[in-house]
Amino acid sequence: MKLKAFLLTLLVLVFYILHQDFWNWKQTHPLVLGFLPIGLAYHAGYSIAAAFLMALLVKFAWPKHLEDVQPESDKPRDDEPEH
Amino acid sequence: MLPVIVILLYLLVIAVIGSIAFRRGKTNTEDFFLANRSVGEMVFFLSLFATNMTAFAILGSSGQAYRQGIGIYGLMASSSGLVIPLTIFLIGTRLWAIGKRFGHQTQVAFFRDRWECNAIGTIIFALSAAMLVPYMIISIMGGGTVLAQISHSDLSKAPLIPYHVGCAIVAVVVTMGVFLGGMRGTVWVNILQTTLFLCFGAVAVITISHSLPLSFGEYISKLAGEAKTSALVTREKMPPQAFWSYTLIPLSSIMFPHMAIMCFSARKVTAFRRTVVLYPLAILLIWLPCVFLGVLGAATLDKVADPDGVLLLMLQKYAPAWLAGILGAGIISAVIGSDAHQVLALSTMFTKDIYQHYGGREKYGERGAVHFARAFIVIVTIAAYVVALKLKDKQGIFEIAVRYAFSGFAAMAPIMVAALFWKRSTKWGALAATLFTAACLIYFAILQNSGHPGDIIWKIGQGKDAIKVLFLNPRGDVSFWNGYMTVVPMVFGSALCMLLGSLVTQPPSQRTIDKYFSQPKSEPVAAAVTS
Repeated sequence: MKLKAFLLTLLVLVFYILHQDFWNWKQTHPLVLGFLPIGLAYHAGYSIAAAFLMALLVKFAWPKHLEDVQPESDKPRDDEPEH
Repeated sequence: MLPVIVILLYLLVIAVIGSIAFRRGKTNTEDFFLANRSVGEMVFFLSLFATNMTAFAILGSSGQAYRQGIGIYGLMASSSGLVIPLTIFLIGTRLWAIGKRFGHQTQVAFFRDRWECNAIGTIIFALSAAMLVPYMIISIMGGGTVLAQISHSDLSKAPLIPYHVGCAIVAVVVTMGVFLGGMRGTVWVNILQTTLFLCFGAVAVITISHSLPLSFGEYISKLAGEAKTSALVTREKMPPQAFWSYTLIPLSSIMFPHMAIMCFSARKVTAFRRTVVLYPLAILLIWLPCVFLGVLGAATLDKVADPDGVLLLMLQKYAPAWLAGILGAGIISAVIGSDAHQVLALSTMFTKDIYQHYGGREKYGERGAVHFARAFIVIVTIAAYVVALKLKDKQGIFEIAVRYAFSGFAAMAPIMVAALFWKRSTKWGALAATLFTAACLIYFAILQNSGHPGDIIWKIGQGKDAIKVLFLNPRGDVSFWNGYMTVVPMVFGSALCMLLGSLVTQPPSQRTIDKYFSQPKSEPVAAAVTS
């Protein structure tokens, strides 16, 4: 369990660092798909990869214990409608 | 004329949706402010996204790309595509659970209870409201500007919808929707709005590509081949410090009251699953075409006086009039979607955190609170409209205020993280972090207004090796440590204040810690419901 949390945290950190693509800083070419400069294509791909990362987090780190949460207050809540 | 008719029809549809929601509503605040915590999975995603995306995502992004090039996407969009869903996943889900368990409808109500202190809630409320109001005003200004630009096809004449009428239309449509429908009406409208502006980019790119004489690749190669424009297809003029600093800005997202309040409205926590996965893709769908078209504008248009209008100019030039109208409606929907949530959030905060908290509920009951909220919505929108007209020429000031508001809300994120995940955190730590954030905002605003671009306020050392600790960059923005944005010292300073302030003061009572850090008592209640 701890190893899974550690690996996922590491993955997020690596992904965060990959956002700083200094190697593309001054590159104009290649043009991906014939029209997207590499610096833009990289970050478009990064966005797609971010969706995969989120899917991984949802699958392996989802706070399942929150799914059964119910109202706990014994006294009337602030929002009880008037009768 | 045709684009204006399409947009007006669209605004009419929005007003009708608001009135239908009104008939479905009940007269209690949970229903009015949170749609009875009943927002389903897909609607939650569409609505949360509409809450977060302003017209800047379409017009500002293309305008900035026209000025600065493709780097804008990495600077603002792909970093948001990582950080925002991450905060929704980690913070949004916990906020939802706390709201569900204990009935909180705002972050302030949670902070008050979590740290057993009324004053901390009131101070955080004041700071949040002060940072949100300029955002709301600028939304109305933006709406007025966009409507004037879209209806200004014949440049020799005045626009069909002048600025003041455009502002009024946006203000009235937002007020109608929120006043009548509350959160339910706003969320229903968001379904249409988000769908519209998610389609906007792809449709605009396809339409424009068919009308241009050269291919996209040829235009980009042309830009890359000329020394004057080659920087637009790289990031060579973008300071790496600013590029990294921007990754902290999206921390603000979940701290904006309208985003946090939206998190309370989901029916189930599972609604967040789809949202966090789809969020980066939705950002991609909007930002990539807008940034690309902004850069393309530099190759296809003559000198553009107002870069934020570059996309509208391209639509007017390369899209048929009816399509320009639909695309214009997409832009207006982004304005109205976020503005409606801002107005509703302000109204929720004033009603719950001030009016009800300080005795209004006992005096006038739940029905009275909903009436108060509606009156507040009308008053605040009229006030914002008047300011938008009176201070039209001072729009720059509000833009600066909004820029700093992002840093301010980002600096509040450590307070939320501590409240949710750190048992030992105290009200004094939260107070220190809040005051630090407020002091930074005031100080930086004074510096920005009194100084000139290039001014150095504080430096260490002399000559070439000197470190500019605090200075105004060539744009006139306050910068830190040779080029980092102010968000960096603000976020880390706030976290440090939270940490030190908590460690040197008494922790909250064990009862409160148990309340917020024990496992939810779900079984007995769940059993009672099923039986």
